[in-house]
Amino acid sequence: MVETKVKKEQTPRVKMPEQSPEVRRRNFMEVPLGLTPEMAQTEASRCLQCKNPACVEGCPVSVNIPGFINKIVEGDFEGAAITLWQKNALPAVCGRVCPQEIQCEGKCILGKKGTPVAIGYLERFSADYAREKGTVELPKVAPKTGKKVAVIGSGPSGLTVAGDLIVKGHDVTIFEAFHQSGGVLVYGIPEFRLPKAIVASEVSTLEKLGVKIETNSVVGATVTIDELFKEGYDAVYVGVGAGLPRFMNLPGENLIGVFSANEYLTRTNLMKAYLFPEYDTPVARGKNVVVLGAGNVAMDAARTAMRLGAESVKVVYRRSRAEMPARAEELHHAEEEGIEFVLLTNPVQFFGDEKGRLCGMECLKMELGEPDSSGRRRPVAIAGSEYTIECDLAVVSVGAQPNPLLTNATPEITLNKWGNIVAHPVTGKTTKKGVWAGGDIVTGMATVILAMGAGREAANSIHDYLTIGW
Amino acid sequence: MFKIVNREEMAQGTIVLNEIEAPRIARKAKPGQFVILQANEKGERIPLTMADVDPEKGTITIIYMIVGKSTALFGKMRVGEDYFAVIGPLGKATHIEKKGKVVCVGGGTGIAVLHPITRGLKQIGNEVITILGSRNKDLLILEDKMAKVSDTLHICTDDGSRGHHGFVTDVLKDVLEKEDIKLVVAIGPVPMMKFVSKITKEKGVETLVSLNPIMVDGTGMCGGCRVSVGGKTKFACVDGPEFDGHEVDYDELSKRLQAYQSDEKMSMDICKQAEVK
Repeated sequence: MVETKVKKEQTPRVKMPEQSPEVRRRNFMEVPLGLTPEMAQTEASRCLQCKNPACVEGCPVSVNIPGFINKIVEGDFEGAAITLWQKNALPAVCGRVCPQEIQCEGKCILGKKGTPVAIGYLERFSADYAREKGTVELPKVAPKTGKKVAVIGSGPSGLTVAGDLIVKGHDVTIFEAFHQSGGVLVYGIPEFRLPKAIVASEVSTLEKLGVKIETNSVVGATVTIDELFKEGYDAVYVGVGAGLPRFMNLPGENLIGVFSANEYLTRTNLMKAYLFPEYDTPVARGKNVVVLGAGNVAMDAARTAMRLGAESVKVVYRRSRAEMPARAEELHHAEEEGIEFVLLTNPVQFFGDEKGRLCGMECLKMELGEPDSSGRRRPVAIAGSEYTIECDLAVVSVGAQPNPLLTNATPEITLNKWGNIVAHPVTGKTTKKGVWAGGDIVTGMATVILAMGAGREAANSIHDYLTIGW
Repeated sequence: MFKIVNREEMAQGTIVLNEIEAPRIARKAKPGQFVILQANEKGERIPLTMADVDPEKGTITIIYMIVGKSTALFGKMRVGEDYFAVIGPLGKATHIEKKGKVVCVGGGTGIAVLHPITRGLKQIGNEVITILGSRNKDLLILEDKMAKVSDTLHICTDDGSRGHHGFVTDVLKDVLEKEDIKLVVAIGPVPMMKFVSKITKEKGVETLVSLNPIMVDGTGMCGGCRVSVGGKTKFACVDGPEFDGHEVDYDELSKRLQAYQSDEKMSMDICKQAEVK
């Protein structure tokens, strides 16, 4: 036993094959290429199969991680996918976009002394294998209960709720405002991080299970929650995301060439502007691009700009490298692709030409002062340090607020002072009977997997309500 | 799904009317609200304010001028064909109330948007003076319909081929001199709304305009439709599309409407070349 442990620690963590930075920075194909079966089995064999696996505790949807990894060791790759699906309706998505380093992999015992098992890579491998083979049986659906559930929003939390409740025998309809389902997975996360064919395949699995999807339906405008109840729905889940971009209120922010990350990414991803003019929607192709903010969305925007042909892309952030909120892997990928980080720098105003097009951005240099309420050292402007960055495209990526379209039309749902829905921290119940909420509309901008975790809990609570009572 | 049940050509085929099956939208839509349409899967999302709705029949009507590839695609679709996507009703409805004497000013396809608002203002008991403008008599639309919902109707053409030879603003000035006007609603090209608002501001007459900036989602998600109103940034899709005409920064709006000019031209050229082949 002691021997095997030593051996497992000595086997190095697998390296994910990737497109080289020089090539991928100009194309929209996925960056990591996926593990081969041999690589997956070697990596899976590093897992200690802990009796009390800490990795599972680190997973917001409690995937049986040692269980699915063991199936890979045994060469039963489809079995691995089935094990994943027991707890996670979107493993091919989560294997790609979860922040494993602060969740499952962050808790892995091997990580204490060396490097953790590459759980994310293995999850992706199993899900991709099963999808490409197309032979895996769908989960069994319980006998019909006769109860109807409306799920508003087809992002990660809505899809999770729909998947869980259809399997439990309820009739589920998803209402999606856009013409295509997937929410942030299709409009926000770029093709090179999450191929849209994968999202489409995960959605189609739900449809095969019986989930109905009504696209082009803006709940709050096309139909209200009260009307859904009148139409015979017994429960409603609100998972509409954080759909209102935040701007910085700087002079010149309405110049042509200043975009919200939401618009820039929606044009490129959902509307496929990177394929213009084959697709009709255009997007500004900047020569010198600045991205304001340093989260995952900012990295997506910066890397997109590079792929759309930019000569230079600068991520401008007022704090230092240590405070950049994006995942380490995203920062690393961005830097490899030639994206420059302009740190301790705060935008002050935008300059435009006579046609109203952006041509520059004035910035102030900052230094770190005393810690602020978040515990991070507060950036303080250095007097007289103004300078101008030449740019023709700026993407404002400083977060999003809750979109009031649905909540304005549903006054019985109580909101907090930021406009987020107040929901029970475990069950997701809102203040309106029969209505649950989860994901970014409750928490503010967070991750795909946290939204899925909230969806899972709400689905359990909705099931109890439909079978027991409120 | 969103089937065209009626199609008419106006203004020598440059302007097209589509009546489209969209029962959920028709049930809810009010004057002043808009929809977003997409011709096919590869198409662009185009916002258009509804010209009419028929809740019983479950249809909505849009009237658009063929100006680029997307409207060219719309224009090619025949009765029985479907739009790929129609989303709505979006934006705030017009606040229609009894004011007394009101003036409705329309230009181009803005007349189509103005019609249900004018009808609403008339039905609630206002005395309605309507001023319509177009480049020439052949490009003027909905004259009969507008006449039915107006107490007085003035026509203006740039070339003098019909009615007053000149701009709507000439007639408006005259009307404002002679009558005690409580509200002006102006819907049309940006320069028209700009100059109408300039005149009414001098006279201190409340003015409503309906804006049609570039949009993507139409639900407040992208912020592409930002307009400056009274020095503050507003999203036309959720805060509008109607705003206080005296407060809108029309020059900024005009510029922002040109954002994709070269892309639009390229798209249209490719579209035309394909037709030639």
